[in-house]
Amino acid sequence: MKFTLSWLKEHLKTEASLDEIADAMIAAGLEVEDVDDPAARLSAFTIGEVVEAHNHPDADKLRVCKVATKDGEMQIVCGAPNARKGIKVAYAPVGAYVPGIDITLKKAKIRGVESHGMMCSARELELGEDHDGIIEAPEGANVGDPVAAWLGADDPVIDFEVTPNRPDTNGVNGVARDLAAAGLGDLTTPAPQAIKGEFESPQKIELRLPAGAEDACPCFAGRYVKGVKNGPSPQWMQARLRAIGLRPINALVDMTNYISYDRARPLHVYDADKLKGVIHARLGEKGERFVALDGKSYDVDEAMTVIADDNGVLGFGGVIGGEDTGCTEETTNVFIECAYFDPLRTAKTGRKTGIASDARYRFERGVDPNFIIPGLELATQMVLDMCGGSPSDIEVAGSVPAFDHCVLYPTTEVKRLTGMDIAPENQEKILTALGFVVRKSDPWQVDAPSWRPDVEGKADIVEEVARIAGFNNLPVATLPLTTAVESPKLTPAQDRRGRARRALAARGLMEAVSWSFMDERHAALFRSANESRAAGLVLANPIASDLGVMRFSILPNLIAALQRNADRGRDDLALFEVAPTYADDTPQGHKDAAAGARRTAAARHWSPGATEDGVFQVKADALAAIEAAGAPMGSIQTAHPGPDYFHPGRSGVLQLGPTKKLAAFGEIHPRVLKGMDVDGPVFGFEIDLGAIPARRAKATKTRPALDASDLLPLRRDFAFVADAAVEAEALLKAVRAGDKALIAGVRLFDVYEGKGVPEGKKSLAVEVTLQPRDKTLTDEEIEAVSSRIIAQVEKATGAILRQ
Amino acid sequence: MALFLLMMETDAMSEIETLEREILAKIAAAETASALEETRVAALGKKGVVSERMKTLGKMSPEERKEIGPALNGLKTRIADAIEVKKAALEEAALDARLASEKVDVTLPVRPEPKGKIHPVSQVTEEIVAIFSAMGFDVAEGPDIEDDFHNFTALNFPPDHPAREMHDTFFFEPKEDGSRKLLRTHTSPVQVRTMMTQKPPIRIIIPGRTFRCDSDQTHTPMFHQVEGLVIDRDSHMGHLKGTLEAFARTFFEVDSVKTRFRPHFFPFTEPSAEMDIGYERVGNEIRIGQGEAWMEILGCGMVHPNVLRNCGLDPDEYQGFAWGMGVDRLAMLKYGIPDLRDFFASDARWIEHYGFDPLDQPNLAVGLSRK
Repeated sequence: MKFTLSWLKEHLKTEASLDEIADAMIAAGLEVEDVDDPAARLSAFTIGEVVEAHNHPDADKLRVCKVATKDGEMQIVCGAPNARKGIKVAYAPVGAYVPGIDITLKKAKIRGVESHGMMCSARELELGEDHDGIIEAPEGANVGDPVAAWLGADDPVIDFEVTPNRPDTNGVNGVARDLAAAGLGDLTTPAPQAIKGEFESPQKIELRLPAGAEDACPCFAGRYVKGVKNGPSPQWMQARLRAIGLRPINALVDMTNYISYDRARPLHVYDADKLKGVIHARLGEKGERFVALDGKSYDVDEAMTVIADDNGVLGFGGVIGGEDTGCTEETTNVFIECAYFDPLRTAKTGRKTGIASDARYRFERGVDPNFIIPGLELATQMVLDMCGGSPSDIEVAGSVPAFDHCVLYPTTEVKRLTGMDIAPENQEKILTALGFVVRKSDPWQVDAPSWRPDVEGKADIVEEVARIAGFNNLPVATLPLTTAVESPKLTPAQDRRGRARRALAARGLMEAVSWSFMDERHAALFRSANESRAAGLVLANPIASDLGVMRFSILPNLIAALQRNADRGRDDLALFEVAPTYADDTPQGHKDAAAGARRTAAARHWSPGATEDGVFQVKADALAAIEAAGAPMGSIQTAHPGPDYFHPGRSGVLQLGPTKKLAAFGEIHPRVLKGMDVDGPVFGFEIDLGAIPARRAKATKTRPALDASDLLPLRRDFAFVADAAVEAEALLKAVRAGDKALIAGVRLFDVYEGKGVPEGKKSLAVEVTLQPRDKTLTDEEIEAVSSRIIAQVEKATGAILRQ
Repeated sequence: MALFLLMMETDAMSEIETLEREILAKIAAAETASALEETRVAALGKKGVVSERMKTLGKMSPEERKEIGPALNGLKTRIADAIEVKKAALEEAALDARLASEKVDVTLPVRPEPKGKIHPVSQVTEEIVAIFSAMGFDVAEGPDIEDDFHNFTALNFPPDHPAREMHDTFFFEPKEDGSRKLLRTHTSPVQVRTMMTQKPPIRIIIPGRTFRCDSDQTHTPMFHQVEGLVIDRDSHMGHLKGTLEAFARTFFEVDSVKTRFRPHFFPFTEPSAEMDIGYERVGNEIRIGQGEAWMEILGCGMVHPNVLRNCGLDPDEYQGFAWGMGVDRLAMLKYGIPDLRDFFASDARWIEHYGFDPLDQPNLAVGLSRK
């Protein structure tokens, strides 16, 4: 919402400076977004007078002028057709920045003739669209005067944000009222005077709303004015409208715009000669259509409030009028509409049609119901003042909707909610200045003014009092300590995420934060036939087509990111993310997940070393993360394969017991990568952090005693020949089962297939650490353990000791 | 006889001396451990010259033995000692030689290990958590996919109220009963969920992802918020101010932060305010805690009585305050990160540059961030 300083002063008698006004607005909650003082912006430009003008010797369209300026007589070459002797001009000296052409002037030679500065057009000074010639200032202007003052461009414009709770500040008088209450001056808004009708209105109005929808337009007032002469509105009105970004059209239209911004009161003026029959407010009907003032054609439906006559729909009530019945320069008889349209239907109609009119903006936030008749009187007066004519009696259909917002208000409330001490008499003063009526019963009964539909309860009164008293007076208080010993502030799930995050970063992965959305095409590639991700959660209004589905896996985003990085030359990268995925739209469907993706380029290094298969890098990533997240690592089993977006032979699942899946890992399926246009191989893992069981709370912080034997551990190697299909994990488990007490460690140190091992078999070599407990082991005892190990392995896997 | 004896003894003694000289010379000359060992065997071995001589003692007269015995024993000891000394010297020399041969170019670079990084959103969220947990706030969370009740209605957004339009909401397709789920536009639904299930006193912060259908230079369709909620019997806007001023100082790690509370409007608080902090721009750097310019960093207010009522709390019995702030924006301000959109681009160069070491877990004891 914009207004100018002079406009404000129509409503507020004040000596305050522009800065003080802006600061007071901010302090009262009217957030000033911009203050544009054209006088300051145009301070470089002063009045000059052309004292001589000759044709340029070498250019037909240029004139060489001698111009009297504050800097003395300057020679300026000018291309404007109106550059002639005797006119007063807007002189821009060398060094001035000319905003409309974004140029800082330098001394120039134009076709060989020196030019010192410039004479500006309106457009060059951003004072209008005119660029046909240079500005001609009024004759009375003196050389050296600031141009802003002579061009009516010295009225500062203040732009501020109107919050939805303050429809009254959609009018300049609402702003003035707040400022007056804040002590900046006196509110001087004149009350509109009743104008006596000179005849009965020939135009009749009716409400034809069905039962239950009466609130769509409870009151419709209007007045006929005959014999008007429409034309341009007065300069002062045009200047103000232009200053706030509105285009002056004609007096009748400008008047409605002016009152809309002056009093937050939208109006409509019909060309009465174009109306047929009774105009009435009713609900729309399917199939109806009309052309609005914006030149566009709109469909009407039953949820919309329309104004209609015998010819059909004239406009959407509270939103926009019709083109056919609008006023033109030829209009001589008018009908002024001042009605009340309900916020809900207005908002719905506005949304459905996409019309963002000033009227809609005001009606949907709520206009002052008690200003229907005064608004009509004010409009009539302005029409009479600007266009002449004679007014009819006022026609009213329906009645002004009652406004009763009485709040029971204990004056202690402001202290309770804000901690501020404000004496009751000061509270009363503030409330009264804002238009509230205070009845000092106990508690107080405070009536909100009809322009404040937002005020409903005690807290609203507190806000009024506190904001005018000033939030800078809020005390600074400290919350008391809650307990002597603070309990953990993070839930186990939050702690788990944080630990997994830092564990992964510690392994060298970089944390990404990617969209909760995914590309529908990626979703299709990752939809696993085995899982119920069938439809996916599709947004009805996605921001972009590739951000249309809620992700059920983080992997696609990470894999796509790997490729984007690779395209920039970063082909060796590991990314991870610890963040939600979405299984369905319930709170339970919000899953805590972690995922990572790696792309490894074999890095060359002077010292040779084995590069690990990516499958086992991501397996290690997953294990590190679930361990950090508190998974019971002794019970983790590996199964295969992973979900079907992984390579079927090079992927697996980490699970607790046979069914509880915690994580999947492996090489991403080449078909998936191809579908994503990603160069492989890429390795990935994903973890369902929520599936990791919470650590059991321990009864004591005391650790169990250290069990460290004095006896030397001893190591024995075993090489087993197993079927190629035998899984290492099964074999290692069998080795451990050989003696749960004595075996302290099992390490697989070699896997071999090839010469010396029969076709279809492989050799697995294991180092077993035996930790004697009470006494040194005898050869017989060691032999016995070895036999048990060999027997267990053979029983479990069919593998036999390699001879 | 005595003279003869004397002469014999003198001969034997000088022989021993000669022998000692010879053997010691050989020991000294030994250049390798094996040469030294040969010398030892030749002297002290079973058949070594010294051992052979020792054997002759038995045949000697007691007088002779008394004379020659100690001399031979002395010889044996001195030779053995000399061998030990020489052996140690040889080992020392051998070790030196080996070490000399094992020299490596220690300036060779080590195998590079990838450095992981923590994203600024995570880091700053943890910083905020560290600050408020020290003030007794629990960390609460809730689902990103919400319903109209928790995101709007319970928070005092009347149906079709224009305030709803301030939130560009992402919706899902309506269900058969006409209801439709949405992506939460703020983390406030968690306030509702908490108040509906937990009896005051309540002191929580709520970090999380939030979504608005908006995308330009300063808006992304997904962003992060931390909200706070305090509900008890007597917390007022003064506590709000004290809490948030303390937060601003601690978060920006400056001794004092100038704040300005401006009245504002939010459907779910009354009175409502926005908090500005004073700052100064020096080049590309934003310095919080100095300068004359103001910058909005959060919205706040007293929880609206309707919200309390909607959550089953009596607004005459309970009261409290709430606030909400953008994590991404706080990260940008504190760490001078220029563009919001980069947060979500997963560009390794950006994460490396703006990310944090995994060891730098925010901790008030060592200072919130590493200097």
